[in-house]
Amino acid sequence: MKQGKYSQKFENTVSIVSAASVAGKKEGDGPLGKLFDRVEEDPQFGQDNWEAAESQMQKMAADIALEKAGISRGQIRYLLGGDLLGQNIATSFGLMELDLPVFGLYGACSTMGESLNLGSMLMDGRMADYLLCVTSSHFATAEKQFRFPLEYGNQRPLSATWTVTGAAAVLLGNQGGIARIAGVTPGKIVDFGVRDSMNMGAAMAPADDIIGP
Amino acid sequence: MKATKEEEKAYGDYIKKVTPIHNTAFNVLRAFVSGGLICLVGEFLNELLAGQGLSQEVAGAWTQIILIGTSVLLTGLNLFPEIAKFAGAGVLVPITGFANSVVAPAIEYKKEGQVFGIGVKIFTISGPVILYGVVVSWLLGVIYYILHLTGILSGGMG
Repeated sequence: MKQGKYSQKFENTVSIVSAASVAGKKEGDGPLGKLFDRVEEDPQFGQDNWEAAESQMQKMAADIALEKAGISRGQIRYLLGGDLLGQNIATSFGLMELDLPVFGLYGACSTMGESLNLGSMLMDGRMADYLLCVTSSHFATAEKQFRFPLEYGNQRPLSATWTVTGAAAVLLGNQGGIARIAGVTPGKIVDFGVRDSMNMGAAMAPADDIIGP
Repeated sequence: MKATKEEEKAYGDYIKKVTPIHNTAFNVLRAFVSGGLICLVGEFLNELLAGQGLSQEVAGAWTQIILIGTSVLLTGLNLFPEIAKFAGAGVLVPITGFANSVVAPAIEYKKEGQVFGIGVKIFTISGPVILYGVVVSWLLGVIYYILHLTGILSGGMG
């Protein structure tokens, strides 16, 4: 049900049935390390190239989420997924094996939030029994696509962003689960004129401030 | 939403205040020492080779080949980024940096094929240096030529 200017308050139960996360070694060593379902030491995730590695992460996250919920692939109606790469390549190859309809999303850092926003609205509308929201990023694929080749020697500014190597999958359902989504408020584009493309923290911080609690 | 000029200015001032930056003086010092060291090695090689009876020109060429080769090898072994992190411009400005900037994309894009990977992407970093290097030398050549024609500069044309 519409609420306020841009929000939705759900009439039906939208629940997070299960959630899964896969991360790289650096992330595993960080303060959130213990919270990840799987921390992989091999940055290539046993694959031949970085893009395939990112796809593999998505696949792993999706599999773990399904396993945790005890749900089979066939019970899911739609996938809502995205990543940072051109043509959403990590998503399209990563989720291909699941053999399910995919809505490809591209919200950069907000892809997880975007997929949950849209997914929960679909769930509230009772368009599905189960939906899987998936996203990923990989340090090496992001460096390659947006910055420099890894072997290139440069001095990273102290404020430069370090793209996470990780993937997450959230299974939405309409009962039980570990949490409930009562409503959503999507964000707007906020531009405070930060021109340093390496300092994404500074560029994105005002958005958090304005959308706020 | 686009912030107003005042908001942008206030936020710009704020992030300038809180964003940590590298110590410039320290960076310059490290670049000076490591860049100097590379030049010293180059000079040493040059003298050594010239002392072996090679002409100055040939010795210079060999020195360049050795420096480039070393940089390429260090890039391949993934040691160059660590060195550059410490030395900064000291290792990037000499010929070693240029070599790295050509080899790094070649390694990274090898997976995308010989033509569309390496071929298309190899000069993505060094391309601007090559383009504007050629344009500027062409421009200087034209100026040099005109100065000669007008008699402002005398002497032979190279």
